[in-house]
Amino acid sequence: MGLLNFLKKIEPDKKSSPFMHTLFDGFFTFAYSPDTVTKGGVHIKDGMDLKRLMVHVVLVLQLCYVFGSLNIGHQHFAALGMYPDFLDAFHLKITYGLIQLIPIFVVAHLVGLGIEFWYAAKKGHAIEEGFLVSGALIPLIMPPDVPLVWLVLAVAFAVIIGKEAFGGTGMNIFNVALLSRAFIFFAYPTEMAGDTMMSGKEVWVSGLEFDAAQLAEGVKQQVSYYHWWSHGVFDSIFETFGWRTFGEGGLPVVDSFTGATPLGLAKTGGWAAVAEVYTPTQMWWGGLPGSIGETCKPFILVGAAALVAMKVASWRVMVGMILGCALTGMLMNGFTAGYEDPSLAYLQIPWFYHFYMGSFFFAMAFMATDPVTAASTNRGKWIYGFFIGAVGLIIRVMNPAYPEGWMLAILFMNVFAPLIDHYVLESNMTKRLKRA
Amino acid sequence: MRSKINRFFLLFLFLNFASVASAQSSGGGSNYLLTAMAAIAVFIILGAVIMVSDNLLKIEARQSGADKSGTNYSIFPKFSEMFGSSAPDYVDGPVTFLKKGHDILLQGEAAKSTNDGAGVTTFAVQPPNFTGMSPIPKVVVEVGNEVKAGDPIFFDKKRPEIQYVAPVSGEVIAINRGAKRSIAEVVILADKEMKYRSHDVPNLADCSREDLVNFLMSSGAWSFIRQRPYNMVADPIDAPRNIFVSTFDSAPLAPDLNYIVDGNEAAFQKGLEVLGKFAPVHLGLNAKGSEAPNHAFTQVEGVTKNWFHGKHPAGNVGIQIHHTAPITSSSKVWVAGVQDVITIGKLFTEGKFDASRMVAITGAEVETPQYVKTYLGASIEGLVKGNLKTVEEGKSIRFVSGDVLSGKQTSTESYLGYYDDQITVLEEGDEYEMFGWLLPIAPRPTISGTFPNALYPDLKFQANTNTHGEERAFVVTGQYESVLPMDIYPQHLMKAIITNDFERMEGLGLLELAEEDVALCEFACTSKQPLQSILKQGLDAMRDQ
Repeated sequence: MGLLNFLKKIEPDKKSSPFMHTLFDGFFTFAYSPDTVTKGGVHIKDGMDLKRLMVHVVLVLQLCYVFGSLNIGHQHFAALGMYPDFLDAFHLKITYGLIQLIPIFVVAHLVGLGIEFWYAAKKGHAIEEGFLVSGALIPLIMPPDVPLVWLVLAVAFAVIIGKEAFGGTGMNIFNVALLSRAFIFFAYPTEMAGDTMMSGKEVWVSGLEFDAAQLAEGVKQQVSYYHWWSHGVFDSIFETFGWRTFGEGGLPVVDSFTGATPLGLAKTGGWAAVAEVYTPTQMWWGGLPGSIGETCKPFILVGAAALVAMKVASWRVMVGMILGCALTGMLMNGFTAGYEDPSLAYLQIPWFYHFYMGSFFFAMAFMATDPVTAASTNRGKWIYGFFIGAVGLIIRVMNPAYPEGWMLAILFMNVFAPLIDHYVLESNMTKRLKRA
Repeated sequence: MRSKINRFFLLFLFLNFASVASAQSSGGGSNYLLTAMAAIAVFIILGAVIMVSDNLLKIEARQSGADKSGTNYSIFPKFSEMFGSSAPDYVDGPVTFLKKGHDILLQGEAAKSTNDGAGVTTFAVQPPNFTGMSPIPKVVVEVGNEVKAGDPIFFDKKRPEIQYVAPVSGEVIAINRGAKRSIAEVVILADKEMKYRSHDVPNLADCSREDLVNFLMSSGAWSFIRQRPYNMVADPIDAPRNIFVSTFDSAPLAPDLNYIVDGNEAAFQKGLEVLGKFAPVHLGLNAKGSEAPNHAFTQVEGVTKNWFHGKHPAGNVGIQIHHTAPITSSSKVWVAGVQDVITIGKLFTEGKFDASRMVAITGAEVETPQYVKTYLGASIEGLVKGNLKTVEEGKSIRFVSGDVLSGKQTSTESYLGYYDDQITVLEEGDEYEMFGWLLPIAPRPTISGTFPNALYPDLKFQANTNTHGEERAFVVTGQYESVLPMDIYPQHLMKAIITNDFERMEGLGLLELAEEDVALCEFACTSKQPLQSILKQGLDAMRDQ
């Protein structure tokens, strides 16, 4: 109770310093749930509130965070041809991953929450918790080597244009996390498409750059680099234990390294091209390049199951999306069955392999189920999920410009969600009026 | 018919397309697509034939009157028949299984024992209990007047023919006023020996509707008949389509009406006969649990019995109406409570206005939760006297007239609501809780799966009145629907009310709802929105129109 009294004493005045009061209120309600009692309606209320809801989504994302950190390190060393076993040199990989991930996480939250706080103070209402989930999702859908400047711009764009412009949490039309990714996607298309020939920077695999000495001679050779203030500090710690260290960097990328994702391969040569590089098991467990948190299917599915079991996310959207994707995949298979044309190779990829590649499950579990931007009627959720699955696969397979379809499909269906709801409600109203 | 033609046309188009596709395929190519399309076509045609014949069968059954008993004449089993729990043996009719809903289990359920209520000495009738009544009704008694049970004490100036009468005999000791000089309550100090105003009871068999209405209005019994929509005292001019009586209350800690009706079987039957003079009476019975409802309910004659199996709010009469014969904008239905029906019945069997009530004293803060036999509008103080646990230092308790979901907050100085048969006493939750939103420190009732206690569905809670969070914009969807077993979209309805869109309000089923029906949605709401008051605002606006 001592802490409570202390906090009550330092509470800033709401009139004279609204921003400080908003900030204080945000942290105070974080530490203590309020003492308000029910008035004029029900006398007891469910223990669930928005904070608890949001934090449970963040909790189920933690598996993806752990795997993502490890995978950043693994991909880095895989490009150098080192430690091919996933759990080999575990300490180096996880340290490398965290050095990469923590700044992304911190920057995303500083920018996003900062804007939220500022708007809350300006409008004079309590801080709403919406960004807790968006902030936890944004790092997971970013490429591991995303420059922090891009991230700042993307998050600011998503929160201001995508959310605050519409009135804050609960009012937005577009999924905030996806909007930030869409911003990066369209603002930096060459880098995001994996073109490394300009700067040598490879956003999808962390810690690679052109060797300066060789570049002067006109040779473009990607090499690894480390920072003394991060990797170097850990190196000195690892040395005292006698463990393996990062070293000086400057190691060249092995010749066999392409950094190609399964989707990129599928685009060029269908399933045969994918199977040359990756096995389905590998794709299922996710030890391959991609956005930070999207690759490991089992962990994502565990998270999705937890969300459904806790009744936090809608299973209707998830099942609808699986059905939509599967059916579209089957149609594609069906229409191209029997043709020998190599340009149809992508369409001929067996429909169930589409679940192995790319980020279908991540989009399904955490992006499409956002209750604010999804359809809000139960019947609408089926339709909404189904069309995300269908449209997403069409974009993935038939569109030459974009390697993955779910981001665009979800943003596209976000726009249509109110329309779907409108027709579901209309049918309910018509039914009622007919009864009269 | 047109849609069917369209469907066949599409199918035809699809088949053509498929054959073209297969024709284009190289010689070595397979005909998967054509085969698949043909299989689907055969499946659809067969399905269509079966559906049409099934529908014809059902139409035939309806026209010949064979399906009155609710037997399923379709060749397909109903969904509930396939998966639903089968009805218990005592059920003698079709059962409506309601999947949605939630039972909030609380500590302090009333034991089946009855206190004689000697501690209750004052009673009051409170005009604010009647929806839509003008704030200052005409009070026809003065402080100091002696009244008999059944003597008029006030009437609404808008509808002066409907009398509101004294529930007990005694002396009017106070006429308390509330805000803006409105009448808050008329208080009567009860006699030890009850004196009843004598009534000249019309003969039910040959009296006209007009005589019956006039008798009910002048005797005070009309106030027990309420109409839906709006849940207000019925308009005597209206011809209701049906009259509904729910014989079970599924609300948290609600009184067991099977226990209450014991010994009043004849009066209950008579009361239903009176109501039956106006419209067909529908009785909602509980098909859940191993024990059959009281024979007063199951053996009753001259009514249609509808069985319901489900969690709260299955016992709400609004839910039962929705699943029997939904309210429409052009029809009205009347409803009455079981104890109210008994009072109406006694008016005819005994010729007196006997407003005796069994009231359940419930809640975790009650020493021995049990029933009290008293009269309508009993004082809270008298009801709970000597039956409360000692309140800890620094804590306070709340008295609720009714259940914790739809009851009204009250105090020991106040009186039981006109239509209430329950008091709930619970702890106030005006305390801060460290990381209360994150850690489930104490088990608490919830519909979400994020609390460990969700794994123990039989756990009984000692709930307090804390809101467990702050009010937020609507974020979560589908939550209200999961606890409201009606074909209604509550969240969209609420938004329509907030934006004052009358057409949408009516279309989305505002008229089918009463505040008690959305109470569970309000309990479950993650955003802590005041749904009952929003709904009330909508109903008031709609009524004024």
